[in-house]
Amino acid sequence: MAIDTTTLMAGLTVALGSMVPALAIGLMAKAGLEATGRNPEAASEIRTSMILGIAFAEAIAIYCLVTALIIKFVQ
Amino acid sequence: MPHISLAAEEIFKIGAFSVTNSLLTTWLMMAILTFVSLMATSKISLIPRPIQSFVEMILEGFFSLFKSINGEKTKMFFPLLATLFIYIISANWIGLLPGIGSIGIYKGEEAHRHFIPLLRGTTADLNTTLALAITAVLAIQYYGIKTLGAKIYLKKFFDFNNPISFFLGPLEIVSEFAKILSFAFRLFGNIFAGEVLLTVVAFLMPFFAPLPFIGLEFFVGMIQALVFSMLTAVFLNTATRQAEH
Repeated sequence: MAIDTTTLMAGLTVALGSMVPALAIGLMAKAGLEATGRNPEAASEIRTSMILGIAFAEAIAIYCLVTALIIKFVQ
Repeated sequence: MPHISLAAEEIFKIGAFSVTNSLLTTWLMMAILTFVSLMATSKISLIPRPIQSFVEMILEGFFSLFKSINGEKTKMFFPLLATLFIYIISANWIGLLPGIGSIGIYKGEEAHRHFIPLLRGTTADLNTTLALAITAVLAIQYYGIKTLGAKIYLKKFFDFNNPISFFLGPLEIVSEFAKILSFAFRLFGNIFAGEVLLTVVAFLMPFFAPLPFIGLEFFVGMIQALVFSMLTAVFLNTATRQAEH
């Protein structure tokens, strides 16, 4: 199976670029769940700010995805 | 493999102005939203009809959500924030309807004929999200100048009192432009990636496998609309607050 450089680069961009955001999302969800466990009354507020933070971290992975899509589809 | 295009495709031209498939969807969606708003507000009464009370219920929910961020300034920001939320959530969800992205025409010569969908998800076009982001960031500057006054607000960017704030000013300017880019790419990336994901999954396994992904995309569309409007609310809050010394 022949692999051209473009496909390889696009794959590597997503693979490398989503590692750290994945870790960040995991850490944030962990912190959010711990906070909810300690203080269940504040669950809705914690959830809102947790989702906001997760969206920030996710955005970084999405930037890599957009870059990869541009590498793959724009000639 | 199905053909995936990063840019929106042109359907026809009006003069030099090219009408793309995402623009057509935008017009369709604007017509629906305008119609619903007119329906809900045409005969406002104290004892509301079902549609009026439904819209009121939604708007009250948003109002209390944004009130937890903006406090007493919510009344000033609410039209912008609610418009952003409603526009983006309907734009994200309209792209998931059946027929959008799958009904289209063939263009080009026999050898490289390619499929062009007639309708395309509105926010799966970078132009739409960039326009939304520029609107949001310009509105942030406008409200900042309106509440604080031009002199105090622009001091954030051009401050000659001490060297630190002098060098921080350009960074603030860069961060305003970074806001535009991050708003636009976050929304576009999420929605476009969702469309690609749905296309690829439907190509790999046409029956039943795409169902959970469609549910996921509905959730992502809601979250992105929420994130866009919440971030605008937070930035508005910081822009209209007096700098503390």
